[in-house]
Amino acid sequence: MTILILLISVSLVIAILFLLSFLWSMKHGQFNDTYGPAARMLFDDKKKKHE
Amino acid sequence: MVETTIEKETEESLSCFHCGQPVRDSHLMLDNRLFCCRGCQTVYQILNDNNLCDYYQYEQHPGLTQDKVEGDFTFLDEPSIKNKILIFESADYAKAEFYVPAIHCISCLWLLENIQKICSGVIKSEVNFSAKRVTISYHPLQVNLSAIANAMQTIGYPPQINLDTQPNKVTFNKSLIAKIAIAGFAFGNIMLLSFPEYLGMENNGGELNRLFSYLILALSIPVTFYSGNDYFINAWKSFKQKQLNIDVPIAIGLAALFLRSSYDIITHNGPGYMDSLSGLVFFLLIGRWFQDKTFESLAFDRDYQSYFPLSVQKRIAESYKAVLVLDLEPKDIIQIRNMEVVPTDAELLSEEAFIDFSFVTGEARPSKVKRGEIIFAGGRLLGIPVLLEVIKKTSQSHLTSLWNNEAFQKPKESKYKKIIDYAAQRFTWAVLLLTIATGIFWYQHDREQMWLVITSVLMVACPCALALAAPFTYGNMMRKLGHFGFYLKNADVIERLAKADTIIFDKTGTITFGNAHITWKGFAEENELKNVQAITASSTHPLSVLLAKSLQSDSSITIEKIVEKPGKGIEAYVDGVLYQIGSANFVSANKPNQQQASYVFISINNEVRGYFEITTFIRPGLQQLINKLKNFTLGLLSGDNESDLKRMQTFFGKDAKMRFNQSPHDKLAYIQTLQNQHKTVVMLGDGLNDSGALKQSDIGIAVTDDTGVFTPACDGILQGDKLQYLDKIILLAKKSTRILKVAFAISFFYNIIALSFAVSGLLTPLVAAILMPISSVSVVGFATLAVNITSNKILKETL
Repeated sequence: MTILILLISVSLVIAILFLLSFLWSMKHGQFNDTYGPAARMLFDDKKKKHE
Repeated sequence: MVETTIEKETEESLSCFHCGQPVRDSHLMLDNRLFCCRGCQTVYQILNDNNLCDYYQYEQHPGLTQDKVEGDFTFLDEPSIKNKILIFESADYAKAEFYVPAIHCISCLWLLENIQKICSGVIKSEVNFSAKRVTISYHPLQVNLSAIANAMQTIGYPPQINLDTQPNKVTFNKSLIAKIAIAGFAFGNIMLLSFPEYLGMENNGGELNRLFSYLILALSIPVTFYSGNDYFINAWKSFKQKQLNIDVPIAIGLAALFLRSSYDIITHNGPGYMDSLSGLVFFLLIGRWFQDKTFESLAFDRDYQSYFPLSVQKRIAESYKAVLVLDLEPKDIIQIRNMEVVPTDAELLSEEAFIDFSFVTGEARPSKVKRGEIIFAGGRLLGIPVLLEVIKKTSQSHLTSLWNNEAFQKPKESKYKKIIDYAAQRFTWAVLLLTIATGIFWYQHDREQMWLVITSVLMVACPCALALAAPFTYGNMMRKLGHFGFYLKNADVIERLAKADTIIFDKTGTITFGNAHITWKGFAEENELKNVQAITASSTHPLSVLLAKSLQSDSSITIEKIVEKPGKGIEAYVDGVLYQIGSANFVSANKPNQQQASYVFISINNEVRGYFEITTFIRPGLQQLINKLKNFTLGLLSGDNESDLKRMQTFFGKDAKMRFNQSPHDKLAYIQTLQNQHKTVVMLGDGLNDSGALKQSDIGIAVTDDTGVFTPACDGILQGDKLQYLDKIILLAKKSTRILKVAFAISFFYNIIALSFAVSGLLTPLVAAILMPISSVSVVGFATLAVNITSNKILKETL
């Protein structure tokens, strides 16, 4: 049963890491504009073709 | 590629290349492309000159029509205004953020991010598509803020400057999402850690169980003290104001849950009810987020100040400088240009001026003001620029007195006790009494059990489902109505709309709409009509404007000795020939027998040639709508004269309350009279002259054909072509209130079951854990489903 303690602590740590990474990315504005970046990607392609 | 473009052009040969609007006259051609107006053509030209025509590749007709009045952005260079807009400023680098409501497609994004090609000095521009904001970095020495704003305007993306709403609300939202993330994280993990308990393995693990409980306690601390802190703060605030709102029982419930569970865990009495606690907070926050999201997408919190030009040209020495309107002092001399609004009461220094007071009085015809006369705030100048001397500070002037009417300041919400607060208040008292009674009972019978039972009662009594029901029902309905073309300020409007019993319509723009049906009865050569067009084009009378729009134009015509006699007509000479355009009396003609429309007579060289019959259209479907609204008291308020009385009576019937020649003050007062008779009044209006009445009414709905342009102080905005479905909208509002009440009943049903367990001291963690989430989920599920089904059913009939 002691292995459970280890497993649970590992899983919690991993989960907390994900939570923190989510909070970090949100704080740094990664979810501010969910449409723009996807569209902007297409512009670069276009420019290269023209050049 | 070339072939497809040609195909497209022939297919849509009658729509504007820039904005896709139908083209009325085909004069505006450039590079074989048609444009609906000069504005669209100019934008295309600028883009073409700067090699930015890729704009038209990403979307078809990406532009918005350009026939609006242009704003002036010189005030942006005033340090006091600039500081409010700049995010960062140093000697050689500055960053500003603009709100650009016109952003709507991928082409907009591309063009605005390439603005440095048009406006040199801009370093970088970045668009936040979702927020419709553009962040522009630039060299302050090479270019100034107003030049950037003007450049944006020339390409069809004027930034909207509203100093009151500049601070963005993103920060609040972020913390809410962080709270949800943490609550959701804790909820999931606490449930996992509670598995041994769910499976009845309580006594098997020993140490493992204890470890689990401590982990659960650790996870629930951020949930209670970070994610749930708003509820405690709000409860405390409402406690201080001696009012019980819905947050009070929630806060008590959360506190009871947390304290009881912590006690259980610390004293090794079991794992407590932390799963219910975190689930509760999680669902509550999701409900709040859902509500916020709906509000945000429908936000139109522009107040009256957005109608005033924020700055005005003030004369200092011999030059003019843009100053803030609020900084104007009496005796200041200001210059007002064509189509600008006079910001404060002022005396005219120029020879004469034509002022359109429709904003203030509702009268559409411009009035002539002579030197030395006073122009009241809110008038709009038509024609050549004039000089004015300020006589009052803005805050005291005539117009602000209308705006400063009680109706604008007192939040309407306070007049109504919302269903939710009403329910919460009664519920809270009931729960508190029940708790005390239970406490007394157990004190007498089994003192050891008393505290345990009291906390269980408080805990399960928490009306979490009650708190979820309203945001989910109304929030969802608001979203549905938004899809339908009816935008609401907030969800409470639905509740008020459900109670409405009186509907008052405004005439112009609400019942009738912009375009008109014009027929020419008489004889005239084609070139003579072109001359008439040229003459009417130089006048701003509404009928002239309609005529000028409907006739063919010829820019080579020169007009001489033009005289406009307000209320009568226009006289002018073209090639030595006298043209008189105006009323029957003006040209000495006989009036037609049936007076059902407006008539404009034409006389050339004192010979009456005939007349134009101008009928303003009534919105289609109006008659059916009025037939369906039989159960309501109907009324009509109009700022115009009574010429339309008969036509309106055929629609509204003889009994309807109709008032003509109403000033905004009259309209407002009339609504007040109705309200004093305990009527719940819906006011449908358009222009700014209705804004007082819209705000005074219980539900003010602005009817508009262009939501982007028009947003006065009102509770909702309804698209003009959807006015005919008003009955359906009111029906939906009533249904939502009914759905909410059913949701309440479901919530109470669970609460009563849980309370009966708790009061009798039989509440096991299992029962609590099952009942509480089920009650929340079923209420939310019911509310969402019921709203979707009802609205889809009703809206399907209309689309």
